Parts: sequence; C-alpha cells; structure tokens
Amino acid sequence: MRFGVLRFPGTCDEVDAQLACERVGEATILWHGDRDLQGVDAVVVPGGFSYGDYLRVGAIARFAPIMESVIAFAREGGPVLGICNGFQVLCEAGLLPGALLPNRTLRFVCRQVDLVVEHADTIFTNACAEGERLSIPAKHTTGCWYAPAELHEQVEANGQVLLRYAPGENFNGSLADVAGVRNEAGNVFGLMPHPEHAVDPLTGSTDGLKIFQSIHDHSAARAAA
Amino acid sequence: MTAPAPDAPAAVAPHRALGLTDVEYELICDKLGREPNAVELSMFSLMWSEHCAYKHSKQLLRQLPTDGPYLLMGPGENAGAVDVGDGLAIAFKVESHNHPSAVEPFQGAATGVGGILRDVFAVGARPIAVLDSLRFGELDSARSRYLLEHAVAGIGHYGNSIGVPTIGGELYFEGPYEQNCLVNAMALGIAEHERLTRSAATGPGNALVLFGALTGRDGIGGASVLASAELGEGDADKRPTVQIGDPFAEKKLMECSLELLDRELLVSLQDLGAAGLTSSSSEMASKGGLGLDIHVDRVPLREPGMEPFEVMVSESQERMLCVVEPERVDEVLAVCTKWETTATVIGEVTDSGRLRVLNDGEVVGDMPVEALVDDCPLYDLAPEKPSAPIYPAPARTLLPAADTDPHAILPELLRSANVADRRPVFEQYDCLVQSRTVRRPDEADAAVLALPTTDAIGGTHPAIAVSIDGSGRRVACDPYRGTIEAVLECAANLACVGAEPLGLTNCLNFGNPEKPHIAWQLSESVRGMADACRALDVPVVGGNVSLYNEGPEGPIYPTPVVGMVGRLPDAARAGRLGFTVEGDAIALAGPFTPSLPGSELAKLRGEPLPDGLPEVDVAAVRAAQEVVRRAVRRGEIRSAHDVAEGGLAVALAECCLGGGHGARVDFRGAGAEGERLEMLFGEGAGGFVLSGPRPTVAALARELQLTFVGEVGGTDDALAFTLDGDATMSWPLAELREARARGLADAIDG
Repeated sequence: MRFGVLRFPGTCDEVDAQLACERVGEATILWHGDRDLQGVDAVVVPGGFSYGDYLRVGAIARFAPIMESVIAFAREGGPVLGICNGFQVLCEAGLLPGALLPNRTLRFVCRQVDLVVEHADTIFTNACAEGERLSIPAKHTTGCWYAPAELHEQVEANGQVLLRYAPGENFNGSLADVAGVRNEAGNVFGLMPHPEHAVDPLTGSTDGLKIFQSIHDHSAARAAA
Repeated sequence: MTAPAPDAPAAVAPHRALGLTDVEYELICDKLGREPNAVELSMFSLMWSEHCAYKHSKQLLRQLPTDGPYLLMGPGENAGAVDVGDGLAIAFKVESHNHPSAVEPFQGAATGVGGILRDVFAVGARPIAVLDSLRFGELDSARSRYLLEHAVAGIGHYGNSIGVPTIGGELYFEGPYEQNCLVNAMALGIAEHERLTRSAATGPGNALVLFGALTGRDGIGGASVLASAELGEGDADKRPTVQIGDPFAEKKLMECSLELLDRELLVSLQDLGAAGLTSSSSEMASKGGLGLDIHVDRVPLREPGMEPFEVMVSESQERMLCVVEPERVDEVLAVCTKWETTATVIGEVTDSGRLRVLNDGEVVGDMPVEALVDDCPLYDLAPEKPSAPIYPAPARTLLPAADTDPHAILPELLRSANVADRRPVFEQYDCLVQSRTVRRPDEADAAVLALPTTDAIGGTHPAIAVSIDGSGRRVACDPYRGTIEAVLECAANLACVGAEPLGLTNCLNFGNPEKPHIAWQLSESVRGMADACRALDVPVVGGNVSLYNEGPEGPIYPTPVVGMVGRLPDAARAGRLGFTVEGDAIALAGPFTPSLPGSELAKLRGEPLPDGLPEVDVAAVRAAQEVVRRAVRRGEIRSAHDVAEGGLAVALAECCLGGGHGARVDFRGAGAEGERLEMLFGEGAGGFVLSGPRPTVAALARELQLTFVGEVGGTDDALAFTLDGDATMSWPLAELREARARGLADAIDG
C-alpha cells in the first residue's frame, strides 16, 4: 500500500512520517499546492508548524489546495491520519470533533508519554490490544483537546476516543485525558503524540509503529476482500 | 563616473558616534584617497567593528590549531566542517548573541538560533541539531529569571518551529552575568562532501541575487552599537537595534536554499548576519578576489523611504545572498517562488576589486573591497595579570552548620542552580524531529545522532556525538587551566558515549579587551585552548569572539565555550550515564585529583575564587578518555559519566537518578579523614564513574587508574555511602530526585 504524506510550508515532521510509513509500506510526499493525491491508499497530515502556525494553529493549512482533495478523500472513506499539527488541521477542516487549545502551562513541552488504547477494533489501532499502553513522545504548545459537553458526550458514546493519556501523563490539560480521537465514520484519526517518532529501538520505543502497521493491515485486508 | 561627494561635516565627528577611532578614520581616508561619504562611513564602521574585524583577537587566534585529519573546511567560511565517513560531512559552528539577548531576551535568543542555522545551510548542509550555552545571574534575581524564561522560550520558538532538534546545551548561573547574560547557539548540519559550498563570489558578469525576507530598518548598527561596546545605562533605548526573528520565513528560506543547491543552480551562497548586506557582499567579493556592484534601489524593502546606507547595514533576518550565472537566474527565481520566498537580482560580480553601491544608477559608495575586509588595523593586547581579585566572592547559600556534613551537602548541591535537573529547560525544546536522536538530553553526557546507513533499515548506524561546555567560574580562577578543563570536559563527554573527537568550535566570551586584566584572561585562555587542542589532536574548525561583555558592575567571568563533535561507529552502542543493572560494579576511573577551591561546594559556602587551579596532566586524561571510549564501544561497561560540577558524590547521584537504580558505595580507605570532602565534592578533570560487570571493568585497570567503589543496587532505592570510621549515610532516591528536580523548576514555574 502507499501512503501520501502532506507537505505545507512550515511542516517539520513530514520526512519522519514518510520514514515511518516506509517501514510498513510505500510513501510519497504530497505538495500543498497540488490537488492530485496520486492514488495513495491513505493520507498522513504530519506535524510541524504549517504556515508558521500564524493566525491560529492549522487555520491556514485547512484552506490549502491539497486539503480540498483530502477532504473529498475522507468523505469517500479513505483513511486519514493527523499527527500533532495534522490533528489541528483536521479539526480546523471539520473532519474531526473538538479543538486543540494551548497547553495549560502555555509552554511547549517535549516529553515521552504513556497512552492507553481505548479501542482496538479500528483502522488505526487494530495492531494494538485494548487497554495496551503505548510509550510515544509528545511535543507541542497547543495540544489540549477540548469539546463542548454535548459533543464530548457524543464522542465518548460513539467510542471515538481511541487513545487516552495514562494516569498522570496528561500534561496539556486535555479534556478526559483525550490524546487521540476519530471521526464518527471511523476513517479519520488525529492524535497529539508523535507515533512516527516511536518506530525504531535506536531512537526510543517502537510502539508508534503499531499505528502505521494498523493502517497497513487494514488496507491489505480491504484489498484482499 | 564622478566620485561621490563627501557629506557636510557634522557637529560631532560622525565616525566617533559609529565607534571608529580618529586613527581608524584617518586610515579609511588614506585607503579611499578622500573622506568617506555617509554610506561608506557606515559600512566601514561595521566592517571595522570588533564584531566583524576581530581586531583585538585575530592575532591571538592564530595560535589555535586549525588542521587535522578529519578537517574538510576550516575557519573563514560560514561554518567549519569535518569528515564523518561514508562521504558525509558535518558542518558546525557556535556563535554568540549576548548583547541582543541582554536587551531583549526572546528575540535576541531566537535570532541567535536563526543566525547560526543560516551559517550552516549557507555551506550547503541541512541543519540537524542545535545546542545552546546560556549564562545568567543568580536565580534569586528577578532579572535573571526573566532573562532565563524569555531566552529559553525564544530558542524553543525558533528551533521548534523550523524543525531542527535542540539536542543539548549547558546552563550556569553566576553573579557576574547578572547584567550581561550569555546566549551562545551552536548548530550542526549534514552534507555530502561535494555539496559543501563556499561563499567566494566568482565569475565577473554573474548575477547577485538577494532572497528571503524584506529589508527593513531593524537591527541597524547591531554589530557596532550592541556587539562591540559594553552594556550600560539606557540599554532599553537599544532595543530597536535588536532584530526580530520569523522562523517560518527561515524554514522556507532553508528549504529553498537547500533545493537551489540540490539542483546545482548556485555559484556561491552566503547568509546575511551581523552588518547585513555590507558584510555578506564584501566577504563574498573578498574571498573571490573580485568586485561587486550593488543596486540598493532594487532591494525589496519592508518600508518605503529607506536611505541607501540603511539598506546596506540593515540586519533584517532571514535573508541570503547568492551568485548565479546569468542563464540560471530564471530557474533560481522559480525555485524561490515555489517556496514563497522573495528573490531579486540586486547586482553583479565585477572584476574591479571594488564594492560599489548604486542608487537609481548613481554611485553612492565606492570602496576597495580589500580596504573594507582586510585593512582594519589589528591591535596588540596589553595583558597584565591582575594584582587583586577581579570578582567578589559568591554569596553564601549553604547553612554554616552544613559546611562539613556530607549528608546535608549532597541534596543542597543537587538543588543548586548549576547542578539541578535541566529538564524544565530542555523539555521546552523539540529534541526528536528528524528522527536521528539516539541519546536525548538526560540520557548521556553527550547527545548522539544516528547517521544514515547504507542498509535501508536495521543495519549498523554510525553516529555523531556532540557536547558543549565551558565553566566561566573555573576559567575565572585560572584562565589557562580552566580553559584546558573546558576542552577536556567536552572530550570526556564524547568518550562517555564512545565517540572520538573530530573537531571543535569555540565562542570566546570576554569583557573589554582594552583593559589589561581582560586581555590577560583572553590571552591565557586562548593559550590554554591551543595547548589542549594540540594535546588532543582536535582542530578548531571555526568560531566566534564576543568581547565587551561588561556591565556597570564589571566584566563577566571569562567564558570560552567549547562545542565538540565526535564520531562513533555504532549508534546502538552509544553510552548512557545512568546505572542500568543491579549488581554491576561501580568504579571511579581516570587520573582524578579532586580539589575544593573553585568548586560548586566552595561557591555554596561563599568562598572567594582561588588564584589558580591545580595543574592538569592532559596526556594522562587523554589516555584515560581513550580507554573509556573503547570500553563503551565494545560494550564492556554499561554506564559512563564524567565527574564534573559537584564532584564524585553528585556524579554518583546522577548515575542513580539517570538509571533509576540505587547504589551502595564504600569509601573506606579511599582518603584520609581530613580529605573526605575533597574526595566527595572536589572537582577537577579526568574522573569517570563507570559501571558494568566486575570482570570486564577490572580488566580496564591494566590501562586505566581505577578504583572499585561500590555496587549498583543492594539498597532499597537509595544511595548509601560508607565512609572511614564506618560512618554510614544514605539518601532515598526520591529525596535526591526531588532536590534535583526542584532547583530550576521552582525558578521557572514559581
């Protein structure tokens, strides 16, 4: 299978995401000004500071030409993964519920955190076990997930929260310890921690690889069906 | 062409206001054969400033060895570079941004990072790491806490946003930095050998293209007004001379520059830093032995109505200058458009040997390049060792009752600002982006970055290691030996991860060199650095000098900051500092002769700085480092940590906390009763704490002075000492962790 990894001006983690994808499949960088997704099987919106995070995180990238195609791809059921800034972009694009607010300390924090897998029967977590802990680094200034009570209730009721910070690990103040959330249809997923930075024992843990493996396995199963 | 007419003489001699002496002004008139006009005078004042001309340090710096077996590019280019094997080069350099940071810490530190990154990608290398070296006054001062908070935020803001990891650094708090903080930033980049790019302008008729941010009035006179004079009253008025950074613009500029080089569209490339267009253009012309015509009216401006001299001296950030063959200009402009980066042909290379500034076709400045770049007079220093102490004794912070009680001293040292956990600072930096970080800031004595491997996935990765260090207080005690210690400390840090030093970069932060005692500190320090570099066979690949670091209350501690880069063959074997396996033997290794004067404990006790430090046997230290390096590479030891601030007891505590294991340490017979404190808390070069299986560690004793002092674990998560007279004492790790965590966290979050 082939992943497409977006590159906006100011994106920083696209090469990291590409390398992570290439551990389980192929990967192509997609330029923000193009509209052609080049037939990829899944899209990764990577981390960084698209358009300098000016105006509001993710607010400008959401209007990039490539995002029109990503939104259409998502509406047709294509798998889309948003990491950190990518999560923020997908929330701004209305593909994911809630919003990301500044961390409660108002500071950038880079820290290895433990996450708990809430649901394993999804496109993005099928290589994990329910209740499994994943050690993955997080690094951001604006990662406090928030949703109004009614929306939050709905998200929880639908089982859309796939990852939560383990007890004591929620440094950004996210509502209900939410670290990663999917859309109602289940084909779009965003998380603040960086699974692409946890794919090699040399540079830390390999727990993040399970996210990419899950997307790959889902795609392979669908192709076989 | 008619020679530009000199401007009408002003009431106060304008050259003095710009920092030039009367003699220097006469020399400029002599070189031009006339009086300079306003444009020329402002350009000369920058090029002949201390910051650009190194007029008080150039002669001294000639002592430093600048060649070695791994050297690819030495001093003189935007950054130096060493060979790390497989056809790859690492380019690196450290630079100061002290005075801007003292005036406006957030922007000063941010643009310091931006500037050093441009130096690295200007030589064609993709930046892969940033480190920073910071000095502030004591943490009980509100000004120091303000400077710390904002400088750290500025470094994070810039480095994080641009996608270059900040992987290490160092941080000290000492009274003499109260008014004049130090912010030194180091960057490393990676390139294939043949991609290394020089800055010499070649080929008369080639186009000169300026690309990046628009040119504004910010930073005008930064090099001469801020960087080359002492700080004092009215520094708030200097705020307009601090530049404003835009990391998003730099990110685009960096990707654009690297793509231009990838596509081989450029003849040469140079960044615009201090003294802006003046310095970058004249350096390019000088290196190529050619001339340049610059049309200031073609420079895209941020605000209308800027004078030609303002365009030439503006220090607006995020700009680059390149030389392009005429037939490639369109392609270059297209790449810049892709990256949303403004690019303009602003001039051309000539064979005149002159830098000409034109405005709407009229010549408004015309100077021989040589006069601007090479003819600034160099000054001999008049060093004189001071007869009385320059620095007051530090304020006592330890309760007198604790003076000789190790049980009370250890937590106090761990809590003290220079020893406490750096996590509250380094957590504000992204240390992971680019996926190369093998050792993060608290995992080992040096940061380790994996290099690409020829096997796609799973092969052996060679790696580089990097460390930055320089304790100003030790250098203040003894500029010669203190500087040797700083170089040895960096090499020791590299040894602890298994890396062999390849080259170093330095930033010499000193006071006013026109004062004899500062001149003495500077010349002794450079002599020490030269001797240490020769003894280790490590060349200086480039660096920076920052002088006039003085406030109203006196000079800073003399602070030579050393950044050293090394290589290790297998990243998977990179050393760690923390104890990892219960039952491992713990050894103190190396030619270590600890002493208390000048130590962190002496500081806590409020003792005055000693006049001199003990002699260091550099050859013996080097030999010990080689044995440690080899043992780490072979996997014979499981942890290695060098003994530094706070001495052996602090090093042991750090090893326990780093690995999450307690230790039982037996000091009986290790020293006479009266030497107990020296042994536990004394400092000096050459000591390592090693742990590993007893037989393999014991085997090292054939080549290395080594004493077994204890065992990992064997206690209930505590560090326990047995001392002479069978006195015992122990500390729960939780207590030590809390003490070490609080030191900086209280100041930052408080």
